[in-house]
Amino acid sequence: MGILDTSPRVRAAALVAPPFLYALALLAFPLIAIIVISFWTQSGLALNRVFTLENYREIFSSPIYVWGNANRWGVLPLSLFVSATVTLVTVVLAYPIAYFVSFVVAPERKALWLFLITIPFWTSYLIRVFLWKVILGFNGVVNTGLQSLGVIEEPLSVLLYNLNSVIITLSHAYAVFAILPIYVALEKIDRSLLEASQDLGESRFSTFLRVTLPLSVPGIVGAVLIVFIPTIGDYVTPELMLGSGGRLMSNVIQTQFLQLNNWPLGAALSIITMLAVGIVSLVFILLNRRWLRGRA
Amino acid sequence: MTYSPSAAPLIQLRDVHKHYGDYHALRGIDLEIKKGEFFSLLGPSGCGKTTLLRTIAGFEAPSSGSLTIDGRDMAGVAANHRPTNMVFQSYAIFPHLSVAENVGFGLRRDPRSKAEKARAVAESLEMVGLGGYGARAAHALSGGQRQRVALARALILKPKVLLLDEPLSALDKKMRETMQVELIKLQRNVGITFILVTHDQEEALIMSDRIAVMFEGNIAQMADPETMYRRPNSRRVAEFIGKMNLLPATAAMERNRIVVDVAGLGRGAIEPDQAPSGVQPGATTVGIRPETLSILFPGETTDRRLAAGTVDEVVYFGDMTYYDVRIPGVEQPLTISMKNLIGRPVLDVGAVTQVVWDERSLVVLSR
Amino acid sequence: MKKGWGLRAYAVIYLAFLYAPILLLPLFAFNDAAIIAFPLSGFSTRWFEQLWTTQALHDALQNSLIIATVTAVLATTLGVCAARAGTLANFPGKSGALGFIMLPLVLPEIVIAVALLIVVRQVFDLELSNLTVIAAHTVICIPFSIAILNGAFQNLDPSFEEAAMDLGETRWGAFRLVILPLVFPGIVSSLLICFIISLDDFVIAQFLTGANPTMPVYIYGLTRFVDALPLIMALGTILVTISITLLVIAEYFRRRGVARAGLKDSGGFL
Repeated sequence: MGILDTSPRVRAAALVAPPFLYALALLAFPLIAIIVISFWTQSGLALNRVFTLENYREIFSSPIYVWGNANRWGVLPLSLFVSATVTLVTVVLAYPIAYFVSFVVAPERKALWLFLITIPFWTSYLIRVFLWKVILGFNGVVNTGLQSLGVIEEPLSVLLYNLNSVIITLSHAYAVFAILPIYVALEKIDRSLLEASQDLGESRFSTFLRVTLPLSVPGIVGAVLIVFIPTIGDYVTPELMLGSGGRLMSNVIQTQFLQLNNWPLGAALSIITMLAVGIVSLVFILLNRRWLRGRA
Repeated sequence: MTYSPSAAPLIQLRDVHKHYGDYHALRGIDLEIKKGEFFSLLGPSGCGKTTLLRTIAGFEAPSSGSLTIDGRDMAGVAANHRPTNMVFQSYAIFPHLSVAENVGFGLRRDPRSKAEKARAVAESLEMVGLGGYGARAAHALSGGQRQRVALARALILKPKVLLLDEPLSALDKKMRETMQVELIKLQRNVGITFILVTHDQEEALIMSDRIAVMFEGNIAQMADPETMYRRPNSRRVAEFIGKMNLLPATAAMERNRIVVDVAGLGRGAIEPDQAPSGVQPGATTVGIRPETLSILFPGETTDRRLAAGTVDEVVYFGDMTYYDVRIPGVEQPLTISMKNLIGRPVLDVGAVTQVVWDERSLVVLSR
Repeated sequence: MKKGWGLRAYAVIYLAFLYAPILLLPLFAFNDAAIIAFPLSGFSTRWFEQLWTTQALHDALQNSLIIATVTAVLATTLGVCAARAGTLANFPGKSGALGFIMLPLVLPEIVIAVALLIVVRQVFDLELSNLTVIAAHTVICIPFSIAILNGAFQNLDPSFEEAAMDLGETRWGAFRLVILPLVFPGIVSSLLICFIISLDDFVIAQFLTGANPTMPVYIYGLTRFVDALPLIMALGTILVTISITLLVIAEYFRRRGVARAGLKDSGGFL
């Protein structure tokens, strides 16, 4: 029987090994590679493998990436700003839904509601983004619809090719990611705590503020992170929604790799992005640690 | 409590130790269990009783020491090849199978025909009082029914030993009492050796032929229920099983007899069996069960020994009343249980009374 | 007035927001006009007919289906290992190892794509192909697979395996006869979800795809051509229909799993 009859620890280790080795080979190793290459430089079609901080120097000295100038922001702060805004909008819009499903919907219908909420998330992302472009476009659904109803005469130009459209699209795309963690946190709240609070003289609203909301903070933190982190890496939405005008961090990285063919600079940009996301996330977690303490 | 075991032990453990890293779960267990015995492992949680049971079942390998079942060394024998079957604490009824499929689970390699196996399953279900339940979905059963299915499933394989891991702890009080009686009857009928793990001393006393009380990986005492109750060999066992009043005392040998001078009560001579862990002259501790003491109610007389005291606390149980009586010169009040017989009043706190005692109910607890 | 009516109204509006794009898809897919705008001009299936005769699309679809199938099987197999290990005894570094496997959940997808591109092209100097896409898709699917399977494995009474072995089965027999049937619905869910993720992924595919584009890469190419818009609508309609069908099947299996284990349905995949 070999491995099957050994101790549970050995069996657990043997079972973890295949996925772990896979992740090591296709995640850890590539991440190391990206770090290494970010310290090299591109010379023509070949790579110059001499260790240098040149890429980082360029990132921090050029106005494009970090610092920006009087007229426009740097790409990194702009990207962080967009992601933060998307996160805020998404989480604020999502919270009442999570609350609704957890507290208002009858238990036997919760699964149905969750299913309804999840369906749009599983339909082609690319097509969903593209649809928003069609909806919000100059000759798009909203404009032509409003025009044919006679509400407006000229198409609204605020809808597409600015950050509003990016924020709307991303809020739509990541809605489920925000709803589920909050829902899970709300479900975990012992309902007798709410009764206890009301028994102690709090109104329903102040019970929400003093009991429900603080207890759901772990879910909110989870939702914030799970929306914030991937939105930084999204480049389809900015690409389709912003046209050629504005570019976010992920577009810049993509351009370095697929068009300008400067991989070391692209790698360095990727690392700077990851670091920025990591730092912002950590600061956020630290700010909320009082609410997270003692909870899983 | 009668059973007629054959002479040779069915299960034999010799100096069994079990380590989990730094944790020493079993510390040298020596144990012999006879064929047909209803044996209980009793102790608080974390005492190693479940580890011991799982070692016998083959789910844990001893770090050192030996285990034989029916004369066969079990080292290297996996659980599926041991002549033991287990009723799990959670019952582990497979939820995707019907009741009959659960009960017949272990018959897969049995060479008998399908019809014969089906008959065996039906008989087994009949035996646990679930005749006709075979087609039910397992997850639709109540707690008591699940336990019966678990029993039928284990017993159908005619094991030499049935291991029961806290099988009654998930049931409510009424159901637990019913199942206790049924388990005893079942064990008498099938004649299989039962080993029961429990933390409930009452359950162990009711059901077992013999009990091993365990603390911290050791067997503290092994005896039949009556001896265990009346002659515990240490203060710890005495306090774990039932309620025991502990009083300081001084022991002395006088003309080949052991005489103890019990604080607050007085002197009395005792038999050697009243000191199961031996006795040395000098300071010691004496135990007295609450029901072996009594209160002398107004109008009653006795020729037994008396001690004066004051009622400190009264707890009324319906059929019984528990009194805490303070005796001058003794720090701890004595707990006394009295049956509420006709004409007996319930005393009030503060009442002055006489406590009746008898040296024959003393047990010297030198450890 | 019913309790929570305000929230209920908000929920309905929110659902409308979530579904708006998807509901527009069939509207314009069957519209007989080359531009996507109101008013609608009439019913037509010509965009679907055009899809039917576009060879490049068929190739892309076939490619995507192959990649998604292999990814689903690979990721679910590895996911079963990890989820099963999660329910077994701890060993030093276990939670670290499992956490690392889940890392892609919190890594921007573009970073994974870029990192793998570097390894494949610079370190090993390999050609990009369907294999590179499969390898990368498996990395991002494993965490989802584990999340789904964790639910299935953690619902298991740890005594089930021991009970089966106590009744004479080997460890493999216990897995086959007890564990596998109980987690089977979870496995089906995992396969379907991984299949959908792979089928849907654009970012990684764009970086790592070889000479033959996958479906999303092909669609992305189409978005540059204004006259291809109705085609995308038609294609989207088909893809959404497939996704929803698969989802309903996955949900059916998940619920059956819950019912089979005799548990209360707490809902949701994640």
